[in-house]
Amino acid sequence: MPVPPSRHLLRAKDLVDGHYADPLTVADLAAAARLSPAHFSREFRRAFGEAPHQYLLSRRLERAASLLRSTDWSVARICVSVGLSSVGSFTVSFRRMYGMPPTAYRSAHPPAAQVARVPACVVRAWGRPQVRTFREDAAPAVAVDWVRPATGATTTTAGAPQ
Amino acid sequence: MMKIATAQLWVHDQDEALKYWTDKVGFEVRSDVTVPEMGNFRWLTVSPPAQPDVAIVLMAVPGPPMVDAATDEQVRDLMGKGLAGTVFLTTDDCWATYRELKDRGVEFVGEPEEQLYGIDVGFRDPSGNNVRLSQLNADFGR
Repeated sequence: MPVPPSRHLLRAKDLVDGHYADPLTVADLAAAARLSPAHFSREFRRAFGEAPHQYLLSRRLERAASLLRSTDWSVARICVSVGLSSVGSFTVSFRRMYGMPPTAYRSAHPPAAQVARVPACVVRAWGRPQVRTFREDAAPAVAVDWVRPATGATTTTAGAPQ
Repeated sequence: MMKIATAQLWVHDQDEALKYWTDKVGFEVRSDVTVPEMGNFRWLTVSPPAQPDVAIVLMAVPGPPMVDAATDEQVRDLMGKGLAGTVFLTTDDCWATYRELKDRGVEFVGEPEEQLYGIDVGFRDPSGNNVRLSQLNADFGR
């Protein structure tokens, strides 16, 4: 039994899913499916319901949305990391798909810091006072004479003036 | 019901580890957040594109106040010797994945070998961590 024709198209789809961050073209996808670009685009749409370049863009935007929710990366860094080079075009495409620009999308979701599962040991370590000056650790108080500035009267007490 | 969410690898440099695990191994970033009030603690996780619900934490080796300098050095030493942790990955086609990753510059410690359970090969990340990549036999675990 020969492999079904859709198996070749699936290679192109897998290429998009795994390598969306690379500078892929429809010609690259067609080559993965071993079809001519024109024939490939028609067959891809027939098999998966959308054009190959649309599938690639939606994969990139889906990843961008995920990164907006789960990282503190800049929009420009996210744009480049999903394989797009123009922040302007990215913003336009993102707004078209999600109904708002990337920054608004990020603001509409819980802060990414909430996904940081800071281990309890780290929280404890950084939550403890870094400067530890307990009275118990201090040297025994010594009676000293000091002058009250306002009155000039001399008094004797233990430790420093309060 | 408990489930595994993340497991951790110590790494000597989180930026380098991120680039390696995404560009060379092909994983995706699941989270990357820095917490300034905790000494810039950085929660950085990656996982395979087809497995978003389980991730590896790429954790910087902690210095003070988490651990003293001597312990920090011990962890780095163990990590460099490949003894600080191992990840076991599976693939449908060990040889194909081996070739793909090798072409991207992954440093393998040998070629895939037949084992009782399938085909297996190993590689190391830039920090020295050991990663096994196995194609399990169809009847494995049955």
